[in-house]
Amino acid sequence: MISPNNQIVFENVSKFYGEILGVNRVNLSLPPGVTSLVGPNGSGKTTLMNLMTGLVQPTQGKVSVLGLTPDQPEELFRYIGYCAQFDSFPKGVTGYEFINSFLRLRGLSSQDANRLTWEAIERVGMTEAARRKVAGYSKGMRQRMRLAQALAHHPTVLVLDEPLNGLDPMARSESIALFEALGKQGMHVIVSSHVLHEVDKISDQVVLMSFGYVVAEGQISGVRSEVKEHPMQILVRCSRPSMLASRLFAQDHVVEAKLHTDGAGLLVRTHDADSFYKLLSQIVQDKEDDFKLEAVAPADDDVNSVYQYLIGSGGGTV
Amino acid sequence: MSVPAQKPVTQQAVNTRPVQLWVAQILAILRIELKKNLMKKRNIWIYLLAFGPVVVIALHVLLGSSDPGGLSEDTNILADIFQLFYLRLAIFFGCMILFTWLYRGEVVEKSLHYYFLAPVRREILIIGKFLAGAITATFIFGLAFFCCFGLMYAHYGRAGMAFVFSGPGLGQLFAYLGVTALACLGYGSVFLALSLIIKNPILPGAAVLLWETFHAVLPSLLQKFSVMFYLKQLCPVSLLPDDGLSLFIVITEPVSPWLAVPGLLCLCAAILIFACFRIRRTEISYLAD
Ligand SMILES: Nc1ncnc2c1ncn2[C@@H]1O[C@H](COP(=O)(O)OP(=O)(O)OP(=O)(O)O)[C@@H](O)[C@H]1O
Ligand SMILES: [Mg+2]
Repeated sequence: MISPNNQIVFENVSKFYGEILGVNRVNLSLPPGVTSLVGPNGSGKTTLMNLMTGLVQPTQGKVSVLGLTPDQPEELFRYIGYCAQFDSFPKGVTGYEFINSFLRLRGLSSQDANRLTWEAIERVGMTEAARRKVAGYSKGMRQRMRLAQALAHHPTVLVLDEPLNGLDPMARSESIALFEALGKQGMHVIVSSHVLHEVDKISDQVVLMSFGYVVAEGQISGVRSEVKEHPMQILVRCSRPSMLASRLFAQDHVVEAKLHTDGAGLLVRTHDADSFYKLLSQIVQDKEDDFKLEAVAPADDDVNSVYQYLIGSGGGTV
Repeated sequence: MSVPAQKPVTQQAVNTRPVQLWVAQILAILRIELKKNLMKKRNIWIYLLAFGPVVVIALHVLLGSSDPGGLSEDTNILADIFQLFYLRLAIFFGCMILFTWLYRGEVVEKSLHYYFLAPVRREILIIGKFLAGAITATFIFGLAFFCCFGLMYAHYGRAGMAFVFSGPGLGQLFAYLGVTALACLGYGSVFLALSLIIKNPILPGAAVLLWETFHAVLPSLLQKFSVMFYLKQLCPVSLLPDDGLSLFIVITEPVSPWLAVPGLLCLCAAILIFACFRIRRTEISYLAD
């Protein structure tokens, strides 16, 4: 049994920004390993991360990280490294100064800070550019430097808000490998992303968010099958709906296909949006069918379509 | 990106005694902030305000006579420059520019969260930033007034030397520099605290300026909540109320320096304690922009 002090715990946490909902009634208990927070824009990922790191305070409820709360900054922030979503730096610093000055702030001696600074810079492959001003870095370089800053003091909880943004494919796969390795070492690595497939392979658990609510949570396989159990409605507007319907009935993931009342569309209910989208694109490419597709969209705005949006690689459009 | 084994730094190398840790952290904040304060482009106004009178006095020295009879007149001119220009305008506005930006600047440049994510008490952050501002302001204005003083008496040659080193000159210089430092502490704390409450310091700044200028007409209890109330009693040379400015320099209730200095420091401490409470409740909101 893992002791509760090893976890990041949200107890009935709500955060309102005035009238605006940030997150609502979140109950979570995150063990070590890689955790992905996944959700569309404005779903509350950053809010959850800011709550974890004390940058915002809950309107209601309690947050604790490894048994510590943000009221104990001298303790808590030794264990936390947070690479925020915001791409900003103190003015006029070089990459080296940026990391070094905040290490000194931790009370480290100048030698220790120097050693840890170079270690972090090497780790993200920024040694050459370290003495240059941050203002002259590319987006990806700034992202890496901020990652280095979050890592430099060897935190046990690493919180990364959209860390893959702006990285080239090479740096992307290197970062993913780094997160996975850190998670395997027993660290908490919390990563946020808009789409699950970006991070699903390395995630030990996922938290799906929508409109400020946690809509699903747990190990990736569990969340996937939970989603599969809920069929999803998709509205297809096209030139030959009845032809499409006949093709669809041959598929066992399709539960229902209904002609739209105006005759120019088909309402489809399916367990597997991915396969459905694949089939649809095959039909479209197949010239013989003389099939014209006008629009495809999730027909209901409920949690299911959000699941599908998050889980499916098509993202709701073909 | 390589993955060496993670060993938490948390146990290693971090000072354990809290006071030691706080001192190390304040020094680290000073290192970051002093460099920023002294080099920042927008602080050019502070230098202009501070060194403007130096240029004026240099002209006065070049064009005026060096008749020793003018020495006491120049001592009064210097007192005028200090009280009417430095205390009431230059240090006031200099501190407004400098201290409001200590906090607002971090919000505008979106770098405050780096401080908030360090294992530093927010109170320590406020104290460190405040000290950095106070050192910067005292250094700039102290140096500028030192130049004024030096220029003013140097051109009297021997008579000037005698006034400074055998007469009251040196004592006056130290008193002026002391008042400068106190002014920077006093106004600094006011503006630092204001910047934590209000985004744009112009209006409250104007209110503070009015308060400080006309505090003499307030009831005596309220006067004690003004920085100028303490400062003007500490100035070594009092102004002659011979011009239209008598309202500004009237002393309603004299207080000895032994009360004025601790009084000002208490006022300053009270304002800083308020600022500390305030910063503890502060949230980072620019992240959502
Ligand atoms: N400082 C703030 N003031 C007002 N509303 C805010 C603030 N920060 C966040 N919000 C609101 O809270 C909700 C959640 O925002 P949050 O930034 O947590 O979403 P997110 O999942 O991180 O989105 P994104 O993918 O765009 O980064 C949004 O509706 C947002 O408008
Ligand atoms: Mg976000």
